[in-house]
Amino acid sequence: MSVELRGITKSFGALVANDGIDLRVETGEIHAILGENGAGKSTLMNILYGLLSPDSGQILVDEKPIIISEPSDALAAGIGMVHQHFMLIPVFTVAENIVLGHEKVNGFGVLDLEKARSEIARISKEFNFDVDPDAVVETLPVGIQQRVEVIRALIYNAKVLILDEPTAVLTPQETDELLQVMKNLKKQGTSIIFITHKLREVQEAADRITIIRRGKIVGTALPTASQEDLASQMVGRPVDLTMNKSPAKIGKTLLEISNLTVTDSTGRELIHDISLDVHAGEIVAVAGVQGNGQTEFARAILNLEEHVSGSILVDGKDILGETVRGSLHSGIAFIPESRELDGLIGSFSIAENLILDTFDLAPNAKGLLMSPNTVTNEAVKRITEFDIRSQGANELVSSLSGGNKQKVVLARELSRPVKIVVASQPTRGLDVGSIEFVHEKIVQERDAGRAVLLFSTELDEVFALADRIAVMYRGTIIDIVPATISRSDLGLLMAGVKPKVSS
Amino acid sequence: MNKFKKYIEETSKSIALPLLAFFLAILSGGLLIAFSDPKIYKLWKSPLEFLGTGFASAGHAYLALIQGSIFDGNLTSKNFLLGFYPLSETFVVAAPLILTGLSVTLAFRAGLFNIGAQGQFIFGAIGASYVGFHYNLPPVIHALAAILGAIVLAGLWGGLVGFLKARTGAHEVIVTIMLNYISVYFLLWLLSTQTFLRKGRQDPIAPPVNENARLPKLFGMDYRINLGIFIALGVAYLIHILLSRTTWGFQFRSVGANTLAAKTAGMSVPFVMTSVMVICGALAGLGGAVQVMGSEYALTAGVAGSFGFDAITVALLGRAKPLGTVLAALLFGALRAGGLTMQANTTTPIDIVLVIQALVVLFIAAPAMVRAIFKLKNVKSGTDMAAKGWNG
Amino acid sequence: MNKVSKLTPIQKRRQRGAFSLLFLSFASLIGFGILQKNTAPVTYKFVLEKEWIAINEWTLDSRTGSYGFSCAALIFAIWAIFQFRRNKKIQLQSALGGFAILMAFLCWAASGKMIPFTGLLQGALLLSVPLIFGAMAGVLCERSGVINIAIEGQLLAGAFAAGVVASLTQNTTWGLIVAPLAGALISLILAVFAIKFSIDQVILGFVINVLVIGMTNFLYKKLLIPYQNTWNSGPILSPIEIPILSKIPLLGPIFFNQTIIVYLMYLIVAVIHLSLFKTRWGLRTRAVGEHPTAADSVGIKVNNLRFRNVIFAGLVAGLGGAYFTVGAVGAFGKEMTAGKGFIALAALIFGRWSPLGAVMAALLFGFADNLQGILSITGTPIPSEFMLMAPYIATIIAVTGFVGRVRAPAADGIPYNRGGSH
Repeated sequence: MSVELRGITKSFGALVANDGIDLRVETGEIHAILGENGAGKSTLMNILYGLLSPDSGQILVDEKPIIISEPSDALAAGIGMVHQHFMLIPVFTVAENIVLGHEKVNGFGVLDLEKARSEIARISKEFNFDVDPDAVVETLPVGIQQRVEVIRALIYNAKVLILDEPTAVLTPQETDELLQVMKNLKKQGTSIIFITHKLREVQEAADRITIIRRGKIVGTALPTASQEDLASQMVGRPVDLTMNKSPAKIGKTLLEISNLTVTDSTGRELIHDISLDVHAGEIVAVAGVQGNGQTEFARAILNLEEHVSGSILVDGKDILGETVRGSLHSGIAFIPESRELDGLIGSFSIAENLILDTFDLAPNAKGLLMSPNTVTNEAVKRITEFDIRSQGANELVSSLSGGNKQKVVLARELSRPVKIVVASQPTRGLDVGSIEFVHEKIVQERDAGRAVLLFSTELDEVFALADRIAVMYRGTIIDIVPATISRSDLGLLMAGVKPKVSS
Repeated sequence: MNKFKKYIEETSKSIALPLLAFFLAILSGGLLIAFSDPKIYKLWKSPLEFLGTGFASAGHAYLALIQGSIFDGNLTSKNFLLGFYPLSETFVVAAPLILTGLSVTLAFRAGLFNIGAQGQFIFGAIGASYVGFHYNLPPVIHALAAILGAIVLAGLWGGLVGFLKARTGAHEVIVTIMLNYISVYFLLWLLSTQTFLRKGRQDPIAPPVNENARLPKLFGMDYRINLGIFIALGVAYLIHILLSRTTWGFQFRSVGANTLAAKTAGMSVPFVMTSVMVICGALAGLGGAVQVMGSEYALTAGVAGSFGFDAITVALLGRAKPLGTVLAALLFGALRAGGLTMQANTTTPIDIVLVIQALVVLFIAAPAMVRAIFKLKNVKSGTDMAAKGWNG
Repeated sequence: MNKVSKLTPIQKRRQRGAFSLLFLSFASLIGFGILQKNTAPVTYKFVLEKEWIAINEWTLDSRTGSYGFSCAALIFAIWAIFQFRRNKKIQLQSALGGFAILMAFLCWAASGKMIPFTGLLQGALLLSVPLIFGAMAGVLCERSGVINIAIEGQLLAGAFAAGVVASLTQNTTWGLIVAPLAGALISLILAVFAIKFSIDQVILGFVINVLVIGMTNFLYKKLLIPYQNTWNSGPILSPIEIPILSKIPLLGPIFFNQTIIVYLMYLIVAVIHLSLFKTRWGLRTRAVGEHPTAADSVGIKVNNLRFRNVIFAGLVAGLGGAYFTVGAVGAFGKEMTAGKGFIALAALIFGRWSPLGAVMAALLFGFADNLQGILSITGTPIPSEFMLMAPYIATIIAVTGFVGRVRAPAADGIPYNRGGSH
C-alpha cells in the first residue's frame, strides 16, 4: 500500500508547523523522516493518523484521495502508529489494551478477549516477541510496551506503520532488535514511516530519507549519504559535531557521592549504591539509556527524592537530608530535566523566573518586602548576558522558544555563587543553535573551576563534553570510563555488558 | 500618560467580561421572575399585555432590589439621609463577604480551592463569640482579643486542610467539603452545651457579646453599618500587598502556578500549603468575627448564613484578585441586602439572588459563549478557571 | 542518615490498621465495659414475619454485652496483627472487629433501652437509597473522567421535578419519568461546560449546585407554597411485596418489601457494576477515564462517550432524587436533599470509585445516620451531632490514606482536547 501526502499545511497560531509538505511512501519501503526537534515531523504524522486536521492539503492511499479526520479513519485505511508516548492504558492488561476500540462481545454483550489472546500469541510467535496477553501494562518494561503497540497495529492489519521516535527509550540492543523487526515487516509488504533525528539509525534501516526543517521539506537522500551531509541538511548549515575544548585542569574533589541508594514509596530500589566523585574543572557525564535511574540520581543530589541513604559531600560537607533550598545554596546549580515541568513557571515573567531560588535574598528582597525594581534591573542584565531573545524582562516565559526558556534556566542557576553544576538532559528538545550555546556555557563553567555533572542520553553530547563517563544501567553505575572509550564499547556498557576488564 | 491609557484599556478589557456576564444573568433572572408568575399565562392571547405584565413584574422586583440595596425614597420622610439606609445595609452584608471572598481568592492564587470558608467562618464566629461573652476586658482590648480568638481558631481549622494536603496529598476540595459539615454539627453541639446556652433560652443562641467587644457603629444607632467594612477593606489591601510585594506572596503564587518548579527551586511546598490555608482560615474566621461583633452580637446556629459559599462565587467573579473580590462582594452584598426588601415588598423570593450569582459565574466561565452572544473579540478569557484533576 | 524504612506502604497501612483496631478494642473494653456503671439490660427487637424463628427479642445485660463484644474485638485485633506479621490481608479481621466494637457501643449506648434491630437496618437501607443513586451517578461521571460535585443538584432537581409533576398529574409514574429527565438536564449543563468549554469541574459542579438550589427555592416559594394544592401535594409510591423473597427472615422485609425506586436501584447497581467491568462500554469508559489520549488514538470518541456518561449519570441521580418526594414524603421541601449529594460523593470516594465499594460505603453511612436517629430518640450519652459527623470524618480519614490510599481515575477532572496545549 502506498501513501501520499500533498501540500499539507498546518499552523498553530503564528507558528507554521507544516508548510506545504509533499511526501510519497511506496509499498514495502522504510521511509525515514529526519528532522531536528520542533521541525514538524510529529505534527505531520499526527495529521496522517487523524489526531490533527490539516489547514489544507490532501492524503492519498493507493492513489485514491481519502479523508482522515479521526484515528479510526486512519485505522480503517490501514494506517497504524506506534507513538512516541505509548498509547496504552497503564492499568489494563495487554489483551484489554489491544481490543480497546475494536472489542468483540458475545451474545450477552460481555467482552470476549479469547480471540485477542490467540492473535497476540500468533504474532508474538511470528516475530519472536515475548508478550503475555494477561500482564498488566504498567508492570511491563518499556521495550515490551512498545511491542504491544506494534502487535496492536499488526492485528488491525496496518499496511502502513508509523513509528514516531521509537528508539528514544530503547537500549542499543533493543534498538537493533526493533530495526530487525522493521526489516521483517517490510519483507511482508508493510510500508514503514520512521520518524527520527538519529542519523545512524536512518542509515542502517531506511530505504529513502526525507529531511524536514522548520516545517518544510528541504531535501531527500539515500541512506548512503554521509552523516555530515544529512546533518547539514537537517540544520541548514554545516555542523561541527565536535566541541573545541582545552584539556581539563583537574582540581580538588568538590562533589563526593558515596553509597547513594534511592527507593520509591513502596520500598523498591530506584538507584542502588552509587559512588562517584566529581572534581573541580572536569565534566563527568552520566550516560545511559533513558529510564535507568538518571532522573532519580540527579534529583537525589538536590534532596528532591524522599527515601535516600548514603552520603553526598559538597566540598567536604554532607548535605544529604538537607532541604532542597539548603542543597541549592550549598553551592549547586541545578538544571532540571524538564524546563516546562520543573524548571520554569510559564505564567511568570522572565524576571520572576530568574529569582525563583533567590527571591528572598538581598538584593531581591529586604526582609519580607520584595524589591521589584532591582529584580527587573538584574533581569535586564541577565537577558543581555545570556542572549535571551525576548521583548523584555516582563515577558511571560511561556511565550519564549525552547532554547530561550533553557537560557532563562541557565541564567538563573549560573548567576548564583556555585561550585557544582548538575545538568539533567540540558539540551533535550533544543535546536542545534541552542545546543551549541548550552554546550559552550557548560564548558565555560568547567574552565572556571566548577565541577560539572552532566546527565545525558545523547551519545553525541556525552562525547562532545565529557572528560570522564559514568555509565548507568538499571539504577547503578556499572563503570566509569575515560572519554576516549569507543562508541561501540560505550553502547555495550549502556546495555549492561562490560566489554572487557576495564579499570 | 501612555501608561495610564494602557492601564485603562487593560482594566476595561478585564472588566468587560464580568459586566457582560452580570448583565446576562440579570436578564435571565428577569425572565425567570416574569415567567414564574402563573397569572401571566392567562394573558397569552394578547401578546402586548403578556409582555407588558412580564416586564412589569420583573421591573418591580428589580426596583425593590435597588431600593433595598442603595436608596429608598420611602425612608426619607423623617431625615433625607435615612434614604441611604439600604446602602449602609449593603456594606454590612458586604463586610464579611469581602473577607470570606478573600479567603477563597488567596487559596486560588496558591493553587488551592478552598470550599471550606463556610466552616472556617463558623469557627471564627465561635472564637469571637466565646471571647466576647466569656471575658470582661476593657474596650478596644476586648474587641482585639475577640478578633484574635476568631483568627486563631479559624486559622487552625483552615491550616488543618493545608497540613493534610501537604502531608498526605488529601485533596483540599474533598477535605473542606467534609469539614464544612463537621463545623455545622460542631456548632450545633456547642450551642447545646451549658457554656454556650443563653440563660433563660432553650433555642440555640449563645449569650450576647459584651459591649466592649462590639465593633463601633459608624453613623450612629440608626444604621447597623460598623467598623467591619473598614476592617474588610484594610485586609483586602493587605492581601493585595501580600500577594504582589512580599516574599511570602511570591512563594504562594509560585506554588500555585507550578508546584513542581517551586519545589525544584527550593521552596517548601508543605510550608506554603499549610501557611496559605492558615491565612485563608483566619480570613474567613475574621469574617465570622465581623458578623458576630459587628451586626449579630451573638452566635446562632445560622450565623454563617451562606457567607462561605457566596465567597466562592465572589472570588470567581472577582477573578481571584483582591480588588475584584472587593467589588464582587459589594455587588453580591447589594443583591443580598436588596433581596430581603424585594422578598418583603414583591412576591419575588430572595433566592433569585442565588440564581443570578450562579449564572454570573457560569457566563464568566464560558467566555466563548458570552463572546458569541455579544460578538466580541478582545474579551480576556477565563483561564483562571481552567481545569485541574482530582489527582493533581 | 538512613531514611529507608523496612516496611512497604501497604504493610505500614496494615500495621496502622491492625494496631488502630487493637487500640479501639481496648478503648471499647475500658470505655464501654469497665467504666460502664449501668447494668440495665439492652433489648434487641427483631420484627419477624410469621414466626419463622422462635425468638424475636434478645435481651442482654449491658455491661456483659460490652465486655463480651469488646473482648471479641480484641481477639480480632490480635488476629489482624498476626495476619499483618505474616504479610496477609486484614480486611476480614478489620470488618469483624469493627462490627464487634459497634455492638459493644450499642450495648453501652442503649443501656436500659430497646433497639428495634430490624427497623434499624430497614431505616439504614432507606437512608442509603439516595446516597447509592448519587454515588452511582458519581461512578458514571468520574470513571469516564468528569468530576461530579453536582450530585446534590441532580438529586434536588430530580426531587423537585418528581414532586411537582406527580402533584400536577396526581400520578407517581409521571413523577418517576420526569425526575431522571430533570437530573439529565442538570447533567447537560455539567457536560457542556466541562467538556465543551473545559471549565474546572469542581468549580462548575459547585456553581451548578448553587443554581439548582436557587431555582428550586425560588420556585418553591413562588409556586409551591401559594398553590400548594395543585403544585405540591403529590401521591406517594406504595411498597411492592415480592412473593417468597419478602418472607426471608430478617432480610425479606428489609430488602424485598420496598417501592419500585428501591428495586430499580438494585437493578441499576447490578447493571453499572457488570457493565463497567465486563462490557465494551465499560472498557471504553474506564479507558477514557484513565488515559483519554490513548483511547482517542484507537478511534474512541472520548468526548462523546464522556458526554453520554455524564447524561446517564444525570438520569440515575434524577431518579434517586425522586425518592425524596414520590418515594418518601410526597411533597417537595426547600433544599430537602440536605447535603445527601455530598455524602454520596463521600461514599464514592470512600468506596474507591468502584460501584460495589460505593454501595457498601453508602450503606455504612446510611446505617450511621439511622443509628444516630434512633439513639437520639432513645437518648444516649453521645451527642447526636457527633454521630452525624461520622461519615464526613470517615471520608477525611479515607482520603488522607490512613487506612489505604484512595486513587481517583488518572484523568478524572482533566478535560480532553486533541492536540494538547495548542
